[in-house]
Amino acid sequence: MTAYILRRLVQLPLTVFGVTILIFLMLQILSPAERAALYIKDIPKNEAQIDRVIKRYGLDKPMYVQYVNWLIGAVDQDTGDRVGGVLRADLGYSRTGREPVIDLLLRRLPATAELAIWSFIPILGIGIWLGIIAAINHNKLIDQIARVFSIVGYSFPTFVFGLLVLMLFYAKTGWFPPGRLSDWAVQIVSAPGFTQYTNLNTFDALLNGRFDVFLDALRHMFLPIITLSYLSWALLLRVTRSSMLETLGQDYIRTARAKGVAEKDVVNQHARPNALIPVATISGLTVVGLLNGVVITETVFNYPGLGSAVAAAAVSLDVLTVLGFVLFNATLLILANLIVDVMYAFLDPRVRLR
Amino acid sequence: MTTSAVAPTARKRYKTDDGFFLPEPSRLEKAVGPESARVIRGLLTNPLSVTGLVVVIFFFIVAAAAPVLAPPFQATADPYQIPRDGFGPTPQEPGSVWKRDVPPVPFWYEGVTGKQEWVHLFGTTSGQFDIYYGIVWGTRTALLVGILVVFAGLFIGLIVGSISGYYGGATDDILMRITEVFMAFPFLLAALTLSAILVPLFGRGIWPSVIALVSFGWMGYARVIRGDILATKERDYVLSARTIGAKDGKILLRHVLPNAIFTTMVLASLDVGAIVLTFAALSFLGVGTDIGYADWGQVISFARSYILSLDTYWYIIVFPGIALVLFGLGWNLIGDGLRDVLDPRMKK
Repeated sequence: MTAYILRRLVQLPLTVFGVTILIFLMLQILSPAERAALYIKDIPKNEAQIDRVIKRYGLDKPMYVQYVNWLIGAVDQDTGDRVGGVLRADLGYSRTGREPVIDLLLRRLPATAELAIWSFIPILGIGIWLGIIAAINHNKLIDQIARVFSIVGYSFPTFVFGLLVLMLFYAKTGWFPPGRLSDWAVQIVSAPGFTQYTNLNTFDALLNGRFDVFLDALRHMFLPIITLSYLSWALLLRVTRSSMLETLGQDYIRTARAKGVAEKDVVNQHARPNALIPVATISGLTVVGLLNGVVITETVFNYPGLGSAVAAAAVSLDVLTVLGFVLFNATLLILANLIVDVMYAFLDPRVRLR
Repeated sequence: MTTSAVAPTARKRYKTDDGFFLPEPSRLEKAVGPESARVIRGLLTNPLSVTGLVVVIFFFIVAAAAPVLAPPFQATADPYQIPRDGFGPTPQEPGSVWKRDVPPVPFWYEGVTGKQEWVHLFGTTSGQFDIYYGIVWGTRTALLVGILVVFAGLFIGLIVGSISGYYGGATDDILMRITEVFMAFPFLLAALTLSAILVPLFGRGIWPSVIALVSFGWMGYARVIRGDILATKERDYVLSARTIGAKDGKILLRHVLPNAIFTTMVLASLDVGAIVLTFAALSFLGVGTDIGYADWGQVISFARSYILSLDTYWYIIVFPGIALVLFGLGWNLIGDGLRDVLDPRMKK
C-alpha cells in the first residue's frame, strides 16, 4: 500500500514532465517569429523588436536548449539574469488578460473554485441517488426513465443546454441572471467594511453576516451549477446503476435476504457501500468533466472565472494563456487521479494494489 | 437481452462430423457469422437502438439530399458557405420572406407549403445567414468531421495499441506512459489549445479542429485494442502460427488483429456523435470554422450576442440545438444498445 503510493508519487512528476514536453512540442508548431510575439506585451510593431526577442529568448536555438529555457528560464545575455521559466511560475504574458498569465490565473481561480465547490454537492448527491433508485427498480418504469434521462444528458452539448436554460430562466422570466454578482452586491463586497477572507463570495458573505449577498451570489451561480451538474449526472447515474445492479446480484446479498434482513437494510447496509467503490473512481472523472465544463459554461453564463478567461484567450489565439491553464489543469487532474486511486485502495480491501 | 426469442426447436438440426446435432445456422448467421449475427439481432430487437438507427439514417439522408433540400444561391458557389439575405444586423423570424440573392426554389417546396416565394424556414442569424441552410448543409459537415476524426483516431490507436499489446515489456511501458501523458489533458481543453495553435497555420475551417480532435482522441482506442490483443495473443492458433515459424508482423496482422479488432471498431464508430458535439463546441468557442460556414456550432455561436434577448431570437439556438441533440442522441442510443449486446455479463 505505502509502496504503491510512493510509486505513484514518483510517477507523478514524470507525467507532469511528459505534459510539459507535449505542450512545448505543440508550441514548436509556431514559427520563431510567432513565438516571439507571444513574449511581447504589445503587438509587435517592427521586425527589429521581434528579432531582439528571438535572440533574447534563444528561439532560434536547438529544441532541447529551447525546452530547458522554457522550463527554467533563459539567461539574459545583457544583464546576466534568468528570465522566464515555467518552473519559476513565469508562464508568460497574457495578451488578452493584459497581465502575466500566472496573475490572471490566480485572480480568476476563486470564482471557478466557488462554482466547482457548489456544483459537487448536487452532482454527487443527486447523481448517485438516481443511480441507486434506478438499480433498485431494475427494468421498471423509473429505471427506463432514468436510462433515457441519462442518454439524453450524454447527448446534450453544454453550450446548447446552457443557452436553453438562459433563454427560459433569464431572458423569459428574469429569475437567474448571468454574471457573478448584482451591481448592488458588488458595491457591498468592494466596500471597506466587507472583509474578503477567501475571495469566494458565498463564504465571504456568510463570514461577514451578509445573508442578502450570499443569496445574490447563489442566485447568479444557480444556472451554471445546474448546467455543470446535468452533464455529470448522466455519467454518475449510469455507473452507480450498473455497479449497484452487479452488487445486488452477489451471493452475499442473497444470503442477507435469506436470513431475513429487511430489504431497506440489504440495500443500505450490504449493497450500497460495496456498490459505491467504483463510483469513487468516477468522481475523479467528474473533476475532468468539471474542468472541461467550466470553459463552456462560464462562457455561456458570462461568469468571470478561469474558464471564460481561457475561452476568450483561445478565440484571440492567445496561446500562452491557454497553455498556462492547460498546465495547471493537467497537474490538478493527475493529482485528482492519484487521490482517487489511493482512496480506492482504502475503500476496497480486495484491491491489494500491485 | 432475449436471445432465446429465436426458438431453437423450430430450427432444423444437422449432424456434425463428430456426431453432434447442432441447429441449422440462420441466413443472417451464414452471412456474417454467429457472433455478429447475435449483435445485429440484439440491436434490431431493442426499441431504443432501433430509434437511434432511424435517427442516424435520417441524418445520412439529409446529408445526401442537401442540394435538393436547400439549393445553394449559385451553382458555382462553395455550397458550405451559407447564403445571406443582405447584411442586416437584426435576425429575422422563421417564415420571413427571402428578399435579396434568393436561391432557386426547390421543386418540392410549392407542393408542401402551397407558396411560391422562398422563405427563411428557420429564420436568419444576425448578418442574415439562413439558419435552415446552415442546418441542412451542416449535416454534411457533422458526418464528415465525425467519421474522419473517428477513423483517423482509430488508425493511430490501432498502431499504438497493437504494438504495445503484442510486444509487451519495455515497449508497452513506454507507449502506455506516453498515452497517459496525452490523457492528462482534459479533452476539450487540449483540442481547444491545439486548434488555437493550428488556426494561423491552416486558416479557419474544419482542419485545425479535426487535427486537434484526432491528436487527443486516439488514447481510448489504443488502450482497448491493447487489452484485446493481450487476450488474443495467448490463443492456441497464435501459438501454432509461431511454431510453424510465422514472422511477428504476419502473426499480428493476419492472426491477432482480425480477431481482436471487432469490438473496438464498433464502439469507436459510435463516438461519431460525441466527436461532433465537441467539434460544435470548438466552433461555438470560436476556434472552429469561420463565420458563415455551414456548421451547427458555428450557427449557434451567433446566439452569444443575444444572451439578454434569447426569448425573442429563440430560433438561433433552438433549431441548430435540436439538430445537435438529435444527432448525439441517435448515435448514443445505438451505442447504449450495443454496449448491452457486447457486455459479456449479458451473454447467456
